[in-house]
Amino acid sequence: MSRSLRPLLATAVIFAIAYALAVLQFPAMFSTRVLGNFLTDNAFLGITAVGMTFVILSGGIDLSVGAVIGFTGVLVAVLISWAGWHPLTAFALALSIAAIFGGVMGLAIHYLQVPAFIVTLAGMFLARGGASVITQDSVPINHEFYDWISQLIIRLPGGGRLSFIGLLMVAVFIVGALVAHRTKFGSYVYALGGNPVSASLMGVPVARTTVAVYTLSSVLAALAGIVFSLYTSAGYPLAAVGVELDAISAVVIGGTLLTGGYGFVLGTFIGVMLLGLVQTYIIFDGTLSSWWTKIVIGALLFLFIVLQRLIFAASAQGEKAS
Amino acid sequence: MMRRILTRLANPQLLALVGVLLVNWLLFPNFFRITWQDGRLFGSLIDVLNRGAPVAILAIGMVGVIATKGVDLSVGAVMAMAGAVAATMVVAGYPAPVAVAAALAVGLVCGLWNGFLVAVLDIQPIVATLVLMVAGRGIAQLITEGFIVTFTDPLLIFIGTGSFLGLPMAAVIALVLMILVTLLVRRTAIGLFIEAVGVNRAAASLAGIRSRMLLFLVYGLSGLCAAVAGLIVAGDIRGADANNAGLWLELDAILAVVIGGTSLLGGRFSVPLAVVGALIIQAMNTGILVSGFPPEFNLIVKAALIFLVLIIQSPLASRIVPVRTSAREARS
Repeated sequence: MSRSLRPLLATAVIFAIAYALAVLQFPAMFSTRVLGNFLTDNAFLGITAVGMTFVILSGGIDLSVGAVIGFTGVLVAVLISWAGWHPLTAFALALSIAAIFGGVMGLAIHYLQVPAFIVTLAGMFLARGGASVITQDSVPINHEFYDWISQLIIRLPGGGRLSFIGLLMVAVFIVGALVAHRTKFGSYVYALGGNPVSASLMGVPVARTTVAVYTLSSVLAALAGIVFSLYTSAGYPLAAVGVELDAISAVVIGGTLLTGGYGFVLGTFIGVMLLGLVQTYIIFDGTLSSWWTKIVIGALLFLFIVLQRLIFAASAQGEKAS
Repeated sequence: MMRRILTRLANPQLLALVGVLLVNWLLFPNFFRITWQDGRLFGSLIDVLNRGAPVAILAIGMVGVIATKGVDLSVGAVMAMAGAVAATMVVAGYPAPVAVAAALAVGLVCGLWNGFLVAVLDIQPIVATLVLMVAGRGIAQLITEGFIVTFTDPLLIFIGTGSFLGLPMAAVIALVLMILVTLLVRRTAIGLFIEAVGVNRAAASLAGIRSRMLLFLVYGLSGLCAAVAGLIVAGDIRGADANNAGLWLELDAILAVVIGGTSLLGGRFSVPLAVVGALIIQAMNTGILVSGFPPEFNLIVKAALIFLVLIIQSPLASRIVPVRTSAREARS
């Protein structure tokens, strides 16, 4: 067992224990139906969190993702319902706009040499404002393509359903993990997060990598916006407010170091599932109010940050001693 | 003497504020008209002061945090918690001064908690304060049990909507806080120490500055300011709304500080200019409202403003136009 896998293991163990405790209390939670819904209900969050993992691995942060989800949802809904576009062309346009948007943020972060959070904060205002300028109402989507997609379901024994968007999230996670751990771009991202100065001295194309990371994050957020519109069959400018916080929480709980340079895409998946578990548990319980979700997520976030500090303090001392 | 005051007044932030106010005046000719009614002043200008006060107060606390190269994302949630505590306590029958003191104590404790995470556990400020940003609003809802707790207590309402010498109470509180904090950081060595920690914490510690104490101080002050702002917002609507009180105000506060010329890379800050930054934001809000644009335009204008300030502040711009030696250049 390599030492670097310890935080990932810790997350997985905590998820297993939490799930086991939940199942002990509510045996009905151990069913393919609940597991299938885990994937469907958290699909947009998971896809966003993959992009956020790359951003955080590179040592940055992206606060604009929730706003990009809202903007994409509204744009797609308006193009389909009002302008009569085919959903696929609307999706293509939304993804291209997001790519340009993320690219510009990446350029600003690199060339203006300002902290990522302030640039992406401006991006968040811009995207949320843009969405509200297009429309302030919830725009419903009625299109046969949407009906067709919602019927693409793999039925599991025990009443479970694997929906298209749930499977799409799993696919994004697999591709994300391969890109992060098996490609040159992935190692550039890790190098940049570890230490930008030494990365650039080693010949890592810092500018290109930074721009690519934020482009990726925005494109995945737009994909999440499309998934969100498939999930709700509507576009609303105030949709997905605060999702950036959930995505960051999922990444941190998944064991990725917020200073960058260390973490796993798979860990983020467990982080998303853990957040989903908290929500499902609160729904099953019925007596707990929804605000407990926020408190529990905050507590989990704190727990994992402290855990990371302890593990890394211990391993740093071990290296010094040896 | 007169000349010195004039040169100090001719800085970009004040000029920008005057510019925004003039644009408002062009759009809305009655903008500068101030009337005296029921023992207090009325007018759009007074409204800017009144509405801008919560963000100004948050910015006063945020300046110190950002000067140490940190950021406090939790202030909006702390506002909601402070309002919730004060409202629930007066409704439960506690005397109002006790409720106010308890709310301020909650803010201070939240700030010290952030300070503990940053100074002792050495966690990045964005993440450390994110914990409270996520959990704080949940705790506020727990305190109010999910309801909007309304109250009729005269003291709390006075904090939010009262007036002192004709000026709105919120603006008076902001002014007093600004003067106190400015005196604290500029008439003692604390301001210098904060800048030293912001430039290089390790070096500052080696030079004998107790950087841990300082971090506790700046985060504690930020929490306290957030509690004051929370009391004002709660008093203004005569109720504590755990969901919406202070929502996204942390971002406005950061923006105000950045507009005020405080460097996000630490080491250079100004409390009064951050307050001017908050007034610029509010003057723009008011301008957009009186000129009949939908309020959503606000967000786009704010985004454009951030980019503008960032470009002006960036090393790239100072290479092209050598305006003045900033702290960053003086260091290198």
